[in-house]
Amino acid sequence: MTYDATFRVWRGDAGGGDLQTFTVEVNEGEVVLDVIHRLQSTQAGDLAVRWNCKAGKCGSCSAEINGRPRLMCMTRMSTFGEAETVTVTPLRTFPVVRDLVTDVSYNYEKAAQIPAFTPRPREADGSHRMQQVDVERSQEFRKCIECFLCQDTCHVIRDHEENKAVFAGPRFLIRLAELDMHPLDVVDRRHEAQDEFGLGYCNITKCCSEVCPEGIHLTDNGIIPLKERVVDRRYDPLTWLGSKIRRRPRD
Amino acid sequence: MVELERHEYDVVVVGAGGAGLRAAIAAQESGARTAVVCKSLLGKAHTVMAEGGIAAAMANTYPEDNWRVHFRDTMRGGKMLNHWRMAQLHAQEAPDRVRELEDWGALFDRTPDGLISQRDFGGHRYARLAHVGDRTGLELIRTLQQRTVALGIDVYMECTVTRLLTGPAGGGGADGERGITGAFGYWRESGRFVAWSAPSVVLATGGIGKSYKVTSNSWEYTGDGHSLALQAGATLVNMEFVQFHPTGMVWPPSVRGILVTESVRGDGGILKNSAGNRFMFDYIPDFFRKETAETEDEADRWYEDKKNNRRPPELLPRDEVARAINSEVKAGRGTPHGGVYLDIASRRSPEYIRKRLPSMYHQFKELAEVDITAEAMEVGPTCHYVMGGVEVDPDTEAARVPGLYAAGEVAGGMHGSNRLGGNSLSDLLVFGRRAGLAAAEHARAHPVRTAPPDDALADAARAALAPFEREGGENPYTVQHDLQQTMHDLVGIIRTEAEMQQALARIAALKERVAALSVEGHRQYNPGWHLALDLPHMLLVSECIARAALERQESRGGHTRDDFPATDDEWSRTNLVCSQAPDGSVALTRQPLPQMPAELAEVFEEVPA
Repeated sequence: MTYDATFRVWRGDAGGGDLQTFTVEVNEGEVVLDVIHRLQSTQAGDLAVRWNCKAGKCGSCSAEINGRPRLMCMTRMSTFGEAETVTVTPLRTFPVVRDLVTDVSYNYEKAAQIPAFTPRPREADGSHRMQQVDVERSQEFRKCIECFLCQDTCHVIRDHEENKAVFAGPRFLIRLAELDMHPLDVVDRRHEAQDEFGLGYCNITKCCSEVCPEGIHLTDNGIIPLKERVVDRRYDPLTWLGSKIRRRPRD
Repeated sequence: MVELERHEYDVVVVGAGGAGLRAAIAAQESGARTAVVCKSLLGKAHTVMAEGGIAAAMANTYPEDNWRVHFRDTMRGGKMLNHWRMAQLHAQEAPDRVRELEDWGALFDRTPDGLISQRDFGGHRYARLAHVGDRTGLELIRTLQQRTVALGIDVYMECTVTRLLTGPAGGGGADGERGITGAFGYWRESGRFVAWSAPSVVLATGGIGKSYKVTSNSWEYTGDGHSLALQAGATLVNMEFVQFHPTGMVWPPSVRGILVTESVRGDGGILKNSAGNRFMFDYIPDFFRKETAETEDEADRWYEDKKNNRRPPELLPRDEVARAINSEVKAGRGTPHGGVYLDIASRRSPEYIRKRLPSMYHQFKELAEVDITAEAMEVGPTCHYVMGGVEVDPDTEAARVPGLYAAGEVAGGMHGSNRLGGNSLSDLLVFGRRAGLAAAEHARAHPVRTAPPDDALADAARAALAPFEREGGENPYTVQHDLQQTMHDLVGIIRTEAEMQQALARIAALKERVAALSVEGHRQYNPGWHLALDLPHMLLVSECIARAALERQESRGGHTRDDFPATDDEWSRTNLVCSQAPDGSVALTRQPLPQMPAELAEVFEEVPA
């Protein structure tokens, strides 16, 4: 079952770099991250890579494998032919720090801008009561492991650095959807979703849903319903009239 | 003068798992300027891997449940070696800590009444674990992460602390009192140095499992906090107790050790050997006999009717189940890949399994090509958790060094000789909060800030750069591999004096190799260099484990001696405490167990077994 594979791994830093070719042993049942670790311990001790759980739970080891955004720990070597060259490159949407590690601070900045969760008061006995069916809608989005593969693949920012200022990316659009559907939350973020986080930039090509390792239906269950809710708020003539007459606060 | 960036805070929290974030939230909310320093990106800490749930006697599913029952279960699970006061505070405060997570956005699974649903787990009398499918740790970390961000707490991500700084404590203490003055570390991304001045440091660095070959722990679990505390003058307690989770994956080799949640058993899964026997019935110890089912029928009825039936033996505490699996495999009744079968497929519907255990379904499907709704899993013990840790005051989590606090896995005492599943997440919340509050209070009482002296910073910088200075030395990965093999072979689930003596000799040799190794490349995001700096921590902690394990001549919880198989009453009154002697060696002392007050001792009489 053991064989020698050809790996091409991008090495370099913000100043530039290139693909380096390695011949490396592969054993039964291994994933791409195992092979990257073998390179580290035998051929390239300073090869930079992020990883933590190696079980698809933390979302650290994101990279592009043969051009496709994937978690290295969940990509089995058996999905490639033994003669096939495996090419591993860093996420293209984010600036390279070194080798396979990119600067993902864009995501943390966007996360900090989203108006925080604000619950309704607890019931008299100190509990919150919610039905399972109601929590499940937001739970789907809370499965997100923040691997940022959806951000990486999204064409709005993938090759358009200039859009990053006005577009939060699919990960944070579903965070907004999650809060919007949260049974306890009382804040209306629909204006921000449109005006500050760039909901309108998404033209629902569903690439994000396709690469999500958690199988979250970002577009169908999160972004499209959020778009509909924004439209309701903005273009419903009665709401519009009401907001003019009664000067309803925006939130 | 060493080139570095400097920061000043009231409280610096090292680690951004559940305990670290909960401590930071508490400190910041009580008015302290707080920073979190963590080795990975925010939200990736080991807590994210916790699956089953948070143990808290909320009584949502069983009104009979209350903190006294939880306290009793915890103490019995730890074979009575737990610090009684920690176990008491933990049981009393866990329900409030869970409820407050909902105010910060957590969405737990619900009961039909709309309350937080609670599931069964090993060693717990009642269904008690608040959960979200089998990804509870992710929910916990995300909730605390989002709260941390909402409070505007400064987070130093991908930043490693290599030293704690100590000196004259800044006012408020006795004259000549020495205490924490800050911490020193480096940015992983650039390799540049950072110094934080702060009168309070909370260690929340997690565990030590990366010193073992088969482990559910990630690269981060190198015992940094244990080692930093020891070097700063604090003490470690109960280090001989290491938990091997009974169910880790065993096949394929590259995933060996990855956790298979106890919820599989809590939700109806059973263990079988290669002959198809439900072998756990052969391993019920006298200590738990009265509360464990004797027949398969009774065990199966328990899931629906807990009042009239006793718990299945698959849900004995983890130490018991891990030893039993180990014995079955050694006796030649294991699976082809050296584990036993964990079967839920023949006992629950595919829909139920996929709903309750989505991550497990996914994990086995993707990594082992096993469909757990149709076939049994192969599982075996994996190094999972260290019960031992920094010796702390139960109410404040203060270590013996003024200004130093520890919470979560890095702290010791709470779990005694064996931790019950589900008690880790609640531990993080209860003691994380208490540590954060006490650290903030200490900072208020010590208003005079002293800048760390230049020579201490220069010395820390020199030590960190040393691996680059040496040429032609060994590669750090080889040394780490040899340490993992040593701990696996010689200080594992079953221990003997001869093997541990051998382990100590090997650790001494590994220390020399670490002092001589060299790393390639430069300081920017260099994993080889990072590992070289983690290795001394791993070796120091491994030595503590081996020394304490050698000293304790009995078997109890997560410490099993082949040469002393019985539990010994004399040892039930004794803790082993590690400290660092002036020459750098590990010193071991025996210390009497704290005396439980009579009104708590009554709990063990009043609750029916």
